Amino acid sequence: MTDTVNLLPTTRTAPLDPPPELLALHTDEGPVSRLDFPNGRRGWLVTGFDEVRAGLIDPRLSARDRLALNPIRKLELTDEQWEQANRPNLLNTDPPDHTRLRRMLTGLFTVRRMRALTPRIEEIVAEHLDAMAAGPGPVDLVTALALPVPSLVICELLGVPYEDRETFQGLTATLLRIDSTGEQVAAAGDGLREYMTGLVRAKRETPDDGLLSELLQNEESLTDQEAAGTGLLLLIAGHETTANMIGLGTYTLLNEPERWAELRAHPELVEQAVEELLRYLTIVHFGLPRTATEDLVLGGREIAAGDPVLLHLSAANRDPAQFDGPEFLDFHRESVRHIAFGYGVHQCLGQQLARNEMAVVFRRLVERFPDLRLAVPAGEVPMRTDMAIYGVHHLPVEVG
Amino acid sequence: MRITVSPDSCCGSGQCALRLPEIFDQDEVDGTVVLLVERPAEQFRAALREAVLTCPSGAIELVEE
Repeated sequence: MTDTVNLLPTTRTAPLDPPPELLALHTDEGPVSRLDFPNGRRGWLVTGFDEVRAGLIDPRLSARDRLALNPIRKLELTDEQWEQANRPNLLNTDPPDHTRLRRMLTGLFTVRRMRALTPRIEEIVAEHLDAMAAGPGPVDLVTALALPVPSLVICELLGVPYEDRETFQGLTATLLRIDSTGEQVAAAGDGLREYMTGLVRAKRETPDDGLLSELLQNEESLTDQEAAGTGLLLLIAGHETTANMIGLGTYTLLNEPERWAELRAHPELVEQAVEELLRYLTIVHFGLPRTATEDLVLGGREIAAGDPVLLHLSAANRDPAQFDGPEFLDFHRESVRHIAFGYGVHQCLGQQLARNEMAVVFRRLVERFPDLRLAVPAGEVPMRTDMAIYGVHHLPVEVG
Repeated sequence: MRITVSPDSCCGSGQCALRLPEIFDQDEVDGTVVLLVERPAEQFRAALREAVLTCPSGAIELVEE
């Protein structure tokens, strides 16, 4: 073995494609290659579609060390801060602990329940499109549509006051910024927990018809701290990811005029368009870290117990062994078996809500503003290369 | 062709109920898979294969008989 350090390639050369070194692995090194993690651990990078899927359902790959195995930076925290960050939650537990946490929530996020939200999502989207139409000159689609729509939806769903958005959006941004210091990350985490714990206590006093109250009523043994942790995950995951899919998805469609025209002419394609945008953009763009708890073989490589493994969703969703012409945006793919929402028992809990919101937004956007266009050259749109969730920071557009 | 489901291993992602609401539903309390039709018509075969492959928790099985 050589002593070459293989850090995760993260530099994109085209804004919508994963780094070329990652894509080259599909043909050069194969589906599983060596990777050095920023914390000094040597492990594996999995980029093949079948292998990433196999890894995500393998019970021998644990989610427990996900924070320490951050693939792009070593997080510097005090022992106390690590203890706080590693408290058991939906993201860092394995079955059966994970099953218990997840089962509290899966009944609240069923396809049927998420579909019932459609009329309200339509109203919220229409209001925001109206405001965009009324305003003068270029509009930032991120602040006018992409961020407020999912934020409002998740706030109303959970029973979180939308007036508090500046607090939780600002702290969330600090958590997700890849150059935040350990100190800043810990402080943002404390701030968010404090905010949500206060809200949980308020819901115990005065229940409403939001999901947080419902969760507290369903699960009598849940402590304030546990409920706050769960509520925070739902709040953060519920607005950041969808917001970035809307912003980046719109940017993508505006850069592919043929696809925009296709969606205009065939709005019934919107569900397929959403699935393809999810695959093509895969905004959880640094992958999901796991730890082998036993020796195992993946993609023909022998992975030893204790080895860290990075399962790279965006590389897998561009694997030519799985998708014909993975570098093209194609609304007519036969299979929708992408893994943008992950795979295995940790697969995104809110995916049916996300799908629903995206479908309404893109359908109404092309209908309302058929001539939507960028107000700046595409190369000047600031991309979220500095964030754990990819997207556009701003998207200046002309609506008419 | 017969379908079996395993609610115990289901993680409630809703993929099956989304794509094949004629065949799958979700439990109202915990969101786990509920099988509506045990022996679906032949026309569903391709979609069912896809459902088996799309299920993130391997909770659906298609048994040929």
